Amino acid sequence: MSGTLRRAAAALLRWGPGAGGVGLRGAGVRAAGAGTGAGGGGQAEQLDALVKKDKVVVFLKGTPEQPQCGFSNAVVQILRLHGVRDYAAYNVLDDPELRQGIKDYSNWPTIPQVYLNGEFVGGCDILLQMHQNGDLVEELKKLGIRSALLDEKKDEDSK
Amino acid sequence: MELSATSLRDKLQRDLEADHVEVEDTTLNRCAASFRVLVVSAKFEGKPLLQRHRLVNECLAEELPHIHAFEQKTLTPEQWARERQK
Repeated sequence: MSGTLRRAAAALLRWGPGAGGVGLRGAGVRAAGAGTGAGGGGQAEQLDALVKKDKVVVFLKGTPEQPQCGFSNAVVQILRLHGVRDYAAYNVLDDPELRQGIKDYSNWPTIPQVYLNGEFVGGCDILLQMHQNGDLVEELKKLGIRSALLDEKKDEDSK
Repeated sequence: MELSATSLRDKLQRDLEADHVEVEDTTLNRCAASFRVLVVSAKFEGKPLLQRHRLVNECLAEELPHIHAFEQKTLTPEQWARERQK
């Protein structure tokens, strides 16, 4: 077994449920650790597993609690507005290989990146526009997540 | 490689056959090269947002690695006309 493969396997294990660095934090947002040293040909497969492991997956600069960039913060705030609490967040600043790897995997040059149900949705601009035009509510519904904005609207209507 | 609002605008205009391009250099508000662009092109017609943004990203593939922050808005000529009426 090559060193690369061994490292890849180890990284994959670290990504598993209950792995080190993956714990419930704050409002249920998992600040997940993707592990380092996951280079080599296996990285695409690992990222494939990573984005499919959770219904909502985001790659940020920083953490949901402390975003290190305005665009990453915008993604966190949009999810918060919709009451999406249970999502996996990966901090690319913790892991240079993940930072480049996810760009290659998504064929998308910037961070943040958002995945819904394993499908690449886009970056901050796209999520913002989906939030503004109502698409995000629909997309979340497909995942079985009811946007908190719907309840807010109902409250207003019943007043 | 030149990284200026003008160079980005010229490239987007040419490669995406755009009707209208606005490039705002937002570098002053941030810590490194930053731009906000609006591209209006018939090439976006029938394409979802993700595909439109991919076209822009591909067009600026050479420049983007050197840009720290990049915001984009992509409209069809029809959407742009509607937006201007607002």
